[in-house]
Amino acid sequence: MSDNKEPSSLFTYQGIPLWRDDRVLKGVAQVVSAVLVLGFLYLFFSNVLAVADARGLALGFDFLGESAGFPIGESIIIDYDPSLSFGQAFAVGFLNTLKVALVGIVLATILGIIVGVSRLSSNWLVRNIASVYIEIIRNIPLLVLLFFIFFGVFQQLPVVQESISLGDLLFINNRGFYMAWFLTTDSTVSWIVVVAVAIILAMIVFVILGRYQLRTGRETHPFLWGLGIFIGLPLIAWLILPTQPLHIEFPVLGNFNYVGGTTLTTSFAALLLGLVLYTGAFIAEIVRAGILSVSRGQQEAARAIGLKPLQSLRLVIFPQALRVIIPPLISQYLNLTKNSSLAIAIGYPDLFAVGRIMINQAGRAVPVFLMIMATYLLMSLTYSVILNLYNRRISFQER
Amino acid sequence: MKKTRFLLLAALVVFALVLAACSQGETETVEVTREVEVTRIVEVPVEGEAAPAPAPTGERLQTVRDRGRLVCGSRTDLAGFGYLDESGANAGFDIDFCKAVAAAVLGDSEAVEFVPLSAAERGPALQTGEVDILARNATMNVTRDAQWGNFTVVTFYDGQGFMVPSAGGITTLEELDGATVCVTSGTTTETNLADAFRQRGLEFTPVVFEDTATVYGTYESGGCDATTSDKSQLAAIRSGFADPNAHMILDVTISKEPLTPAVPHGDDQWLDIVKTVAWVLIGAEELGVTSENVSEMLGSDDIKIRRLLGVEGEFGQADLGLDADFAVDILNSVGNYGEIYDRYMGPDGLAFTLPRGNNELWTNGGLIFAPDIK
Repeated sequence: MSDNKEPSSLFTYQGIPLWRDDRVLKGVAQVVSAVLVLGFLYLFFSNVLAVADARGLALGFDFLGESAGFPIGESIIIDYDPSLSFGQAFAVGFLNTLKVALVGIVLATILGIIVGVSRLSSNWLVRNIASVYIEIIRNIPLLVLLFFIFFGVFQQLPVVQESISLGDLLFINNRGFYMAWFLTTDSTVSWIVVVAVAIILAMIVFVILGRYQLRTGRETHPFLWGLGIFIGLPLIAWLILPTQPLHIEFPVLGNFNYVGGTTLTTSFAALLLGLVLYTGAFIAEIVRAGILSVSRGQQEAARAIGLKPLQSLRLVIFPQALRVIIPPLISQYLNLTKNSSLAIAIGYPDLFAVGRIMINQAGRAVPVFLMIMATYLLMSLTYSVILNLYNRRISFQER
Repeated sequence: MKKTRFLLLAALVVFALVLAACSQGETETVEVTREVEVTRIVEVPVEGEAAPAPAPTGERLQTVRDRGRLVCGSRTDLAGFGYLDESGANAGFDIDFCKAVAAAVLGDSEAVEFVPLSAAERGPALQTGEVDILARNATMNVTRDAQWGNFTVVTFYDGQGFMVPSAGGITTLEELDGATVCVTSGTTTETNLADAFRQRGLEFTPVVFEDTATVYGTYESGGCDATTSDKSQLAAIRSGFADPNAHMILDVTISKEPLTPAVPHGDDQWLDIVKTVAWVLIGAEELGVTSENVSEMLGSDDIKIRRLLGVEGEFGQADLGLDADFAVDILNSVGNYGEIYDRYMGPDGLAFTLPRGNNELWTNGGLIFAPDIK
């Protein structure tokens, strides 16, 4: 050994020892954490499998084809009855979640923008009403809010026989809101085609006139023209078509409930109202922050060139504020969707509520929970992708 | 820098260890609980043997006598069946059955230790032999009879029914076509409901809650036209309403729920004793022997009554290891079947009033039936 110079020189080299070598330590730390994470996952899954085996829990998904057997209060698109399969019952729950989430997002956004702008209003009353609303709602847990709306407000409405009515159009009682609604006829489809064409035409006209106005500076009223086309074409079609395209059906008191028209159950209405009020308060704060992020000079400049307050908001402030608003808005939308799982407390059959029933009726806890989690994940990721694409489009582009 | 990294690593290891401990902790806790239950059995002064599982016939009776009291699996939260009265004492239909067994075996109906059990606990408590008898409005079915223990004699024929506001004038299920029905989710009640309406081609709107209190609260405030559960439970809930008379339970039954006391597997003599107690309670009502007239009935000429009360003849008391006149002890303490029923659910019942219906004696058109006591 001693006659070989090369290794001995290596050994005599007084470099950094292994245990103090940054690169080695980093490597070791990575390996150790990877092992820990994988080990934990292994422990988790083997535990699930072992417990499932020991307690005779089945882990397969074949039960999804079996008849569900339990009733669901309300469904859209799928006409549910208990003879349908567990898979279809799950789909009903998913659609119900989607319904409340999408309607909720639209309404919460509108409410949030109105309140957010109001909070910056120069009108003392408007400003303070907005502040009080935000401070109260944001600081109450959503579940408490839902319980209050459902049990404290909607359940206290009169019983069916003593419904509050608005002519024949609307009946309100502690089971829901029964509204007059449209019935389709033979010519409905052709009329809807006309409406679709009108919408497209109106948008084209709106854009063309808008560009013309931008180029020439002459007021061309693009919005009014668009609105005229949007309303006028369907109106003409309505009068020309041989049969009336839509009939109005009024709700009538049957043996137990109002039948006919359309119904919003109190469960749905309470959940929607709770989610919109709650999320709206957060969105309002995001909107306010977004508007405040646009430098004051922009607003002064807009005023200086003679834009009215609403115009300056729409044309100058908002486009710039959106860049700040969109990213936190995405997470509010996700929150609203996930919070809709609180539906279970007030009897709205959403994804989670139906899933819980399936767990009891089919006795498959693990597969159903995996399905529930995967579905929420899928929904959230879809939102994120769409809104992130939008965000990229509107974000500041350096030229 | 390096120090922090080491700290970080150490923290990670600790975190992982804690997690691992937690994931195993759960199963361990369960085992610990079970051990406590086992200790409870060990504390019973069994001479010599400690293992309770495959008890040879006759051992349970000896165990109970040596201990000086009967261990009865029961509940404290269902009006009429197993609840606590104003003085905090256990009371109810199922409770009195345990007292009857104690009277027969120990000659003292108060020598009972009541162990309150949840729905989930009752099966294991019976399987492990922690309780001598389970009287907790448990529905008998084939699986439970095979897995939990031996079910004895049906003491209460229950079934799923419907409660509606009396004002509506509804009497049949068919009239509920199109109604809104409140129901607890994830139960057999829910599927029975769907089946019953489907079979009859009826429509209904379910309003489903997980929490039982919410179900009945929504029903009471008019949120639904009807609610459904076991009839005895509906009666108990109705008794708690602000105005019980504004609600009625339909004379419709859509499922079978035979509520039956059960004993642990493996001791034939003990099974026979509990069955005999139930039969004596029913037989005494059939023969018209009550807690009030039992002493004068001792001098009755009726051979059936004389045999029941142990005055004359033998119906196997010796083989069961019981005194010849154990029926007198039972009747003196809790009375016959009808008296127990009426005490809690009769016209002047302590808990509520529920017509006997199927729980009438077979001689009165009900299902309550006992073989001859001879």
